[in-house]
Amino acid sequence: MQFWIIQGLNSLSLGGLLFLLASGFSLIFGLMRLANLTHGAFFMLGTYFGATAMRAYSDLSIWTVAVWAGVAVAALGGLFERLVLTRLKANPLGQVLVTLGMSFIISDACLALWGGDSIPVPTPRNLQAPTRLFGFVFPTYRLVLVGCAITAAITLYLLLERTRLGAMIRAGVDDAQMARAVGIPVSNLFTIVFCLGAGIAGAGGVLGGPILSAYPGLDGDMLPLALIVVILGGIGSLLGAFIGSFIVGFIYTFGTALFPELAYIILFLPMILVLALRPQGLLGRQGA
Amino acid sequence: MPISRRQFVSTAAGVGIASVAAPRLTFAQNSGPIRIGLLAAKTGPLASGGIDMELALTMFLKERDNTLAGRKVELIVADTAGVPATARTKAQELIEKNSIHCVIGPLAAFEALAIADYLTEKEVPTLGVAAAEDMTQRHPSPWFVRLTSTSAQCAYPLAEYSAKELKYKKIVTIADDFAYGHEMCAGFQRAFEDNGGKIIQKIFTPLATPDYGSYVAQVKGADAIFLGTAGSNGFRFLRQFIEYGMKDKMAVIGGMTALDESVLRNMGDEALGILTTSWYSAELDNAANKVFAPAFRKQFKYDPGYYAGSTYLSGQVLEAALKTINANVEDKKALMAAIRGSNADTVRGLVKFDDLGNVIGNVYIRKVTRSDGRLVNSVIKTYPDVTQFWTYDKTAFLKNPVYSRDYPPAKNLEP
Repeated sequence: MQFWIIQGLNSLSLGGLLFLLASGFSLIFGLMRLANLTHGAFFMLGTYFGATAMRAYSDLSIWTVAVWAGVAVAALGGLFERLVLTRLKANPLGQVLVTLGMSFIISDACLALWGGDSIPVPTPRNLQAPTRLFGFVFPTYRLVLVGCAITAAITLYLLLERTRLGAMIRAGVDDAQMARAVGIPVSNLFTIVFCLGAGIAGAGGVLGGPILSAYPGLDGDMLPLALIVVILGGIGSLLGAFIGSFIVGFIYTFGTALFPELAYIILFLPMILVLALRPQGLLGRQGA
Repeated sequence: MPISRRQFVSTAAGVGIASVAAPRLTFAQNSGPIRIGLLAAKTGPLASGGIDMELALTMFLKERDNTLAGRKVELIVADTAGVPATARTKAQELIEKNSIHCVIGPLAAFEALAIADYLTEKEVPTLGVAAAEDMTQRHPSPWFVRLTSTSAQCAYPLAEYSAKELKYKKIVTIADDFAYGHEMCAGFQRAFEDNGGKIIQKIFTPLATPDYGSYVAQVKGADAIFLGTAGSNGFRFLRQFIEYGMKDKMAVIGGMTALDESVLRNMGDEALGILTTSWYSAELDNAANKVFAPAFRKQFKYDPGYYAGSTYLSGQVLEAALKTINANVEDKKALMAAIRGSNADTVRGLVKFDDLGNVIGNVYIRKVTRSDGRLVNSVIKTYPDVTQFWTYDKTAFLKNPVYSRDYPPAKNLEP
């Protein structure tokens, strides 16, 4: 019984982490039809910022650091979008290549700046004590991470569904040409969304830090997970990304616990099945 | 057949380059500096170790004013990025473009395997760092020696120590799911079970494991858990292990890279008391290391570990060999014979080689303690002159298959 409860909680916390990772990717992919392969690098950059800031100033709270790292990565993402990606608008292959190249540049820059060692991101001091549940212990921070993901999901939902900016973004997602025709500045919108997506990745990187640590190669480890979640959940659907995150969290956790030899198969098989049977993803719209 | 202009230009350029390069090649074979090629992963996930390899070797040469046995040395460092294919390209570049006299490195087993045949074919003396067992067992090369350890060589003493002195009965192993992890755990299992212990669970985790939570929760009750990991994975696993309150329930012991100095310098009190095994520790009390470790620490602000130790050690053995052949590196056979016959006193103590080219040297059981405010691996026991076959009969050993995930079979796993 204990096994199922602990692994269930593990699934939830991994799901939460995956949502923080994948929601920004989903947002950018949904609006701009841009598979931003720099996303993993943005996430990693956030983790490194978090590790550095929190090691230098031990009394900083992780929430403050997450916000600032998010802003910093968002600014970097905005620059990248304005200076490079806008020039490649109708060139999907060019976009993929340039975002991939950018991810290499960021990871080498991180290596040059921070070296090759793993740098831990400290768990917030008030969350270090494990939670005791029915006679077993579970790390408190992991539970808080689920809360973070839900908060992020609700905030994003409200932003998209209840604000004017959100309405414009949705219009852009549905039909960019029509949106342009009715006077929505789609180009500026793209930049805002790219910043937002990069910023969430950066903040998510800080929040995921206590579990993952900052290390070279983190970007490459995380990017495929973001892709799986978004493909599984459905392109351009925030709810899809949310559900996809938790599905992947559950499949991965229970899969590795029950069939440890098949870790990669367990991770990728659901994605392949979904692609074969429902190419638009679980919640993606037909023809989107 | 008509020749296009492009073809003509490229042919002409090729001939031009060849005519410039050719005389230099013949010249280079007779005199000039000794050219050492270092294959180190300086980018990618293995970068931490590769960078340390370069720092230590550069430091070694600088201490000797870039002169070994009276002859100038030129060090050419090639970044393999921790990718076997890149390692192959770089090895080719070192040999064909830089016409090096010997190779030090590479770091990782799969890189070493990718270039082994090529280096043998080109007859380049190689001082290996990577641990892959078979390179000095079932597939030795006359041009390859290893100064560090096979994957399992350092695990045997720890296994014996755990069973005999710590009286552990049941141990769980966890390691990265690739050859190094498989081989190390297999060797540990064999020696531990031969001493009366039981391996009750073996966990192998993929190299890219996003979350160790699900693995930590699977660990069965045992006296100890053996970490057969390298680099960031073991580090992350250990953190999760502690956060789930598991460290209060069982002891943690580790293989030669699990708590390397590079991992240790980013850890806190939670690492205290963990036992690991290695052929090196920055704390080793011998004349050579008492010069090397403090000098390295002074210059780079951290302790040298496995990787820094490996190239410094290679430098020392190479220097000793060069002295016996009067730095005549052009005679590759003599150089190789001198290396293999070496009996050099190094930072890891006295080393010599077996007939397959693997090192016979001390292995140390180390315990994490605090010294001058930093975490160090203090030596608590020395196993002298450990060979790659441990106490096993060499012929019988070599008749068995190479260690793997499932060999030797684990008979005591608990369901």
